Amino acid sequence: MVTKLKEVDAVVVGMGWTGAILSRELTKAGLNVVGLERGPMRTPRDDFAIPAIRDELKYTNRHELFQDTAMETVSLRHAMSETALPMRRHGSFLPGTGVGGAGSHWNGATWRNLEVDYVVRSHYTEKYGRNAIPADMTVQDFGVTYAELEPHFDKFEKLCGISGQAGNLRGKKIDGGNIFEGPRANDYPNKPLARNFASSTFDTAARSLGYHPFPQPSANASEAYTNPEGATMGQCVYCGFCERYGCESNAKASPNVSVLPVLLPDPKFELRTNSYVKKLNYDRAAKKVTSVTYVDTRTGEEYEQPAGLVILGAYVFNNTLLMLYSGIGTPYDPVTGRGSVGKNYCYQYTGAGVTVFFEDAETNPFMAAGAFGTIMDDFNGDNFDHSGLGFIGGGHISAGLSNGRPIETRAVPPGTPRWGKAWKEANAKWYRRWFNVAGTAVNYAYRDNYLDLDPTYKDALGRPLIRMTYNFKENDYKIGAFLSQKSAEIAKAMNPTIMTEPRFRRGDYDSRPYQSTHNTGGTIMGTDPSTSVVNRYLQSWDASNLFIMGASVFPQNQSYNPTGPLGALAYWSADAIVNKYMKAPGPLMQA
Amino acid sequence: MTEVKLPRRDFLKAAGAASAAGAAAATGIAACSPAAETAATAPPAEPEIWLTLNATEAAFVKAVVDTLIPADELTPSGTDVGLATFIDRQLAGGFGNGAKLYRSGPFLPGKPEHGYQLALSPRDFFRAGISEANAWTTKTYGKEFDRLTVEQRNEALTAIETGKAQFNGGFTSNFFFDNFLQLSMEGFFADPMYGGNKNKVAWKMIGFPGLPASYREEVKTYFNKKYDKEPQSIADFS
Ligand SMILES: Cc1cc2nc3c(=O)[nH]c(=O)nc-3n(C[C@H](O)[C@H](O)[C@H](O)COP(=O)(O)OP(=O)(O)OC[C@H]3O[C@@H](n4cnc5c(N)ncnc54)[C@H](O)[C@@H]3O)c2cc1C
Ligand code: SF4
Repeated sequence: MVTKLKEVDAVVVGMGWTGAILSRELTKAGLNVVGLERGPMRTPRDDFAIPAIRDELKYTNRHELFQDTAMETVSLRHAMSETALPMRRHGSFLPGTGVGGAGSHWNGATWRNLEVDYVVRSHYTEKYGRNAIPADMTVQDFGVTYAELEPHFDKFEKLCGISGQAGNLRGKKIDGGNIFEGPRANDYPNKPLARNFASSTFDTAARSLGYHPFPQPSANASEAYTNPEGATMGQCVYCGFCERYGCESNAKASPNVSVLPVLLPDPKFELRTNSYVKKLNYDRAAKKVTSVTYVDTRTGEEYEQPAGLVILGAYVFNNTLLMLYSGIGTPYDPVTGRGSVGKNYCYQYTGAGVTVFFEDAETNPFMAAGAFGTIMDDFNGDNFDHSGLGFIGGGHISAGLSNGRPIETRAVPPGTPRWGKAWKEANAKWYRRWFNVAGTAVNYAYRDNYLDLDPTYKDALGRPLIRMTYNFKENDYKIGAFLSQKSAEIAKAMNPTIMTEPRFRRGDYDSRPYQSTHNTGGTIMGTDPSTSVVNRYLQSWDASNLFIMGASVFPQNQSYNPTGPLGALAYWSADAIVNKYMKAPGPLMQA
Repeated sequence: MTEVKLPRRDFLKAAGAASAAGAAAATGIAACSPAAETAATAPPAEPEIWLTLNATEAAFVKAVVDTLIPADELTPSGTDVGLATFIDRQLAGGFGNGAKLYRSGPFLPGKPEHGYQLALSPRDFFRAGISEANAWTTKTYGKEFDRLTVEQRNEALTAIETGKAQFNGGFTSNFFFDNFLQLSMEGFFADPMYGGNKNKVAWKMIGFPGLPASYREEVKTYFNKKYDKEPQSIADFS
């Protein structure tokens, strides 16, 4: 039996970064908002306190804060001809659950996309000709530009108290910042974090080769900070237990620290935890979502929550699953190329580089913050000439360590056995004396990389699992070879005692080792309803009262971590909802 | 100290107390010193208790962790740092019983890139793996793994690690080894409260200081300088 509840102005599915931001903006605009979060409540006081939070086995290896794969997971096949198998344990990516979502246990690397990232198809075609983009590479323009998003990036950076160094202030290039970034109206709210051995050694070497390194923009606050909402952050203590952990010092921006302290007391907001949204109820004739059905995971009871406005902030996989399962929009068909729900799933191509070892150094890897290091963008986007390279896009190269947690983060020189006396001696010698120099690349969309419903495997709510058909492609391998070579050149300039051969990922996408929780696509944005799921305001083309948030709207993935860009898009969409949609509810763009 | 009869496996535990007494003896106050008395009347070391491993499995696990982590000047052996206890507890608990593991069928053999695809819980996977490993060493050396000499253990474990040992029953020996090694590394480097990494020996071996309170100043003052503080564990903060 389903209990039907009283209608509310707006329902928000998921209480991660995007759900929290949209809830806040809509309540501020006067709406009554109900937030539905499948996981439990999480507060810094109860859930992120020391000493319990400094437990590597529990949080990193036993996935304390991540989505429970026994309940729900994703199936994987590398090609359409194969049978997908479920990822029975998460490895390569780690979706969050509970209040704060993955935003409560992220690193905090916070970016603005490059200007070119929003216009990938038009830019590369115009500059390098029609053949620059392979026929089966289905990259698209976002339908919104960096200039339009600039004030919203600014707002997200201020919400998070980002620590960084501007490189392009209103068109003026600033040495020490990222000179390749688009013009920004304001500097970062906080100065950059301290530097460690890895990041300063890399900085010196990159500079000596004529590159333009800069400190990683970070949501780990270099100073205590009060954001424009009035929420306060502490100062980062470089605890080395950042990503995969909640912050004990309230120094890492998160929905829990940056938004919820002001949102939760608001009488216009009601948060329901342990509320797993199963389905959106769709009125096809009216082109509206009338309500959402959710399960109280404590009792198994089902509820129907009617709402005037529906916001999806349930991360890439549930955003796409809820659209497909609810029958909203046209599922993508890779054979005909028609339909768009599930289209352009992308990931991140990481780890193209080298490991360096320094006999006499003390890198102190355990004194570290989550987003902590030196980056260079000289080979990112179209910041360098692509003529004759055989690939488009690029990546950022970085050095620095986010932790020295010993189960996960150790390196020994090539040729060391994996156990025994020699293994012990190598760990004793090198644990404090190495770091990586590596590139993280864009990952562009292809016709046969997509999401749909698995024909066999089901989740705990009885819905099909999301099936991922995905593999890396030639463009990725070529960037990988290129970035690993560049990384090696810089590493060599550091004069390390030992340096590994340049390496990059080859072969099938591997679901086991952690790479990044940077999954994108599935409900992509655009200006043409035949090739996108949401319009440039993130409004569904098929249901005018439905807005979809998060990286699922990226038409392809840039080299940067996604949260800065998806935070800016959340504010951009909230602005359109409040200032356009609420004044005249209906489609904001004509199909 | 030698008059205190200890089972061989517990000898090293008592050795710590013994050397403290030895140091006191060297200062000439041995006979009636409290240190000497404590050592002489030390209660017998804790009996070995297993939550889930049977005797054959326990013997195998101890022999393997002693091969992975041999006693030397850096640390005591795998068994003596508590790795067998750690593995037993992990297999008996949520992890061993398949917590956070998607366990709906059909169970099909995948590519390595698909990760774990067996129908077995980790507990049952270790049960099956141990029995395959012992079957293989019995066929090859005429003995179960824990009865082999140190040289034979190294050789056998290398064969298991590289997949040269033939396993029946749906998974390769190297797949079993990788899972065993991962669990052992977790135990060796985890907080000592889990039973492995006794006395923080693994943290001391590599120079990991354990739980920080704050490195706000240290991140600058220890730039490229050795930070050799006594490691702190969760118990030290509690
Ligand atoms: C270890 C780690 C490190 C990371 N580091 C970085 C970084 O340095 N920089 C960066 O930019 N990004 C990073 N990320 C990614 C970042 O966390 C995400 O981009 C960000 O949290 C996405 O916000 P979101 O609101 O879209 O989704 P989420 O934060 O994932 O929130 C989605 C919420 O929806 C809930 N939900 C899902 N389905 C349902 C349903 N059916 N019903 C009800 N609720 C539902 C989930 O439980 C979750 O709470 C990292 C992620 C991880 C895991
Ligand atoms: S590194 Fe800094 S921001 Fe991250 S958890 Fe530790 S104190 Fe918090």
